[in-house]
Amino acid sequence: MRDVLLTAIRGIGFGSIYAMLAVGFVVIYKSSRVISFAQPALMLAGAVLVSYLAGPIGFYGAVLVAALAIAALGLGVERATIRPMIGRPVFVIAIITLGLDIAIRVVVNAFIGSDVRNVGDPWGLSAVDVFGLPVQERYIAMVLVLVVTVGALFAFFQYSRYGLAMRAASLDQETAMVQGVSVGAMMALSWAIAGGLAAVAGAFVGAGGGIEQNTWIIALKALPAIIIGGLDSVGGAVIGGLLVGLVESFFATYQGEYLPWLGQNFSLVSPYVLLLVVLLVRPYGIFGTREVERV
Amino acid sequence: MLAVNNLEVVYDDVVLVLRGVSLQVPEGQVVGLLGANGAGKTTLLRAVSGLLDIHHGAVTRGQVTLDGDRIDHLDPQQIVARGISQVLEGRRVFGEFSVEENLRVGAHTRPKDRAANLERVYDLFPRLLERRAQAAGYLSGGEQQMLAMGRALMSNPRYLLLDEPSLGLAPQLVATIRDLITLINSQGTTVLLVEQNASMALSVAGHGYVMETGKVVMDKPAAELLDDDDIKEFYLGLGAEGSERSFRNVKHYRRRKRWLS
Repeated sequence: MRDVLLTAIRGIGFGSIYAMLAVGFVVIYKSSRVISFAQPALMLAGAVLVSYLAGPIGFYGAVLVAALAIAALGLGVERATIRPMIGRPVFVIAIITLGLDIAIRVVVNAFIGSDVRNVGDPWGLSAVDVFGLPVQERYIAMVLVLVVTVGALFAFFQYSRYGLAMRAASLDQETAMVQGVSVGAMMALSWAIAGGLAAVAGAFVGAGGGIEQNTWIIALKALPAIIIGGLDSVGGAVIGGLLVGLVESFFATYQGEYLPWLGQNFSLVSPYVLLLVVLLVRPYGIFGTREVERV
Repeated sequence: MLAVNNLEVVYDDVVLVLRGVSLQVPEGQVVGLLGANGAGKTTLLRAVSGLLDIHHGAVTRGQVTLDGDRIDHLDPQQIVARGISQVLEGRRVFGEFSVEENLRVGAHTRPKDRAANLERVYDLFPRLLERRAQAAGYLSGGEQQMLAMGRALMSNPRYLLLDEPSLGLAPQLVATIRDLITLINSQGTTVLLVEQNASMALSVAGHGYVMETGKVVMDKPAAELLDDDDIKEFYLGLGAEGSERSFRNVKHYRRRKRWLS
């Protein structure tokens, strides 16, 4: 029982990170119907920035600065490379984001070097006692940061003028334009939000273990998360992210014992197995919009 | 005054849709714009509200002016901010938003006046107040039209452009919409009403324009248009002798003879 709970807590902790990344993907998808493959690079860039800034200004300050800086980077990237491509096939834009991902990572890698970099988080691997369970502090922090960021985002979409305008633009661009909403600005805003979320996720990915050049791969786990949750649902992305984290964590703990014939490290591919299962049952994801074609 | 001068619009660099259209919408009036499908009415509205771009259209000659200033190169949001608000054909409410959220989007350019405008819209359309929390997609066609008009009014426009508000509505509702247009106009909003339903448009408009294949072919006070034999025959469905003829055959011949040189 104790193991089950600890496994679940670890799953929810890492799941929170996947969820934050997944929400970034969804926000961009909703505004421009594009999946941005540049998210992993933005995450890594955020993490690196935090690793450099944590010393001089402290971890929390560094996270804040990194989130703003990467949001600005997202804005710039959107303006320079995506905006001129509006109206082109979505596939073309997706490929551009792939190129962006590689370009940004090359730069970022130069700052990481060949070793593991510590992001300067205050938790490390230390644990606190919660009802007799040694829960690692970093998992608690990950969940908290998910609740805060996504809660703020929900409030933004629900109550603020710009959040509403973003939702409107994602539903029907022409109608939104006629209401005086600048669809281009909303798209830029979505890139900024996704960038900021990716940077925060990056900082927390590094908590406890540090980051290295290959850390970007973690961001790809957000892909099964968004497909499970439904590409166009922010809430679905959160649930999807948490599910991916849980499945991965449980496979890591128990697969060697109960399903040894699956080989080692099956937990790494388990999110994709979950993805296949969900797609077989609900092809549009758990919370996604069913495509309805009216004739 | 909103004016369109000798406007020429081309889609995709090849399809000439408007060929030198001129039209004037003086402040305070209701102006009707009639024409069959494909005449270019919607394109004209797009040119005014800055939507040509996303339809791959461009103004190649002529201009659109508001109080003498050219506005045909502005973005849609700048045009809305200058007080021109359009209701698109087919209502286009945000179906999954509540009625009030739809209206809030309409207030995007005027956040400060939102409360006052909301009150005005609910006064004009009490139905919307009853259904303010409902998803707009579940409203009836007439209610959706009211919502679309209310949403456009949330930016407190000086000019309201309506694209076929009577489309797909029962005659009784068409009358309701017509009365609402009169009411909105009497509160100081100038209206450009694009319609296929000529009798409805001419019953509220002070002045009417008739478009055919990208040109304005007639331009008269609405009362005179209502009396015009050709309008009676082709747009109001009344034969010249008061009897219904198979006007399909006649239409082509007479049009050529009278209107196009």
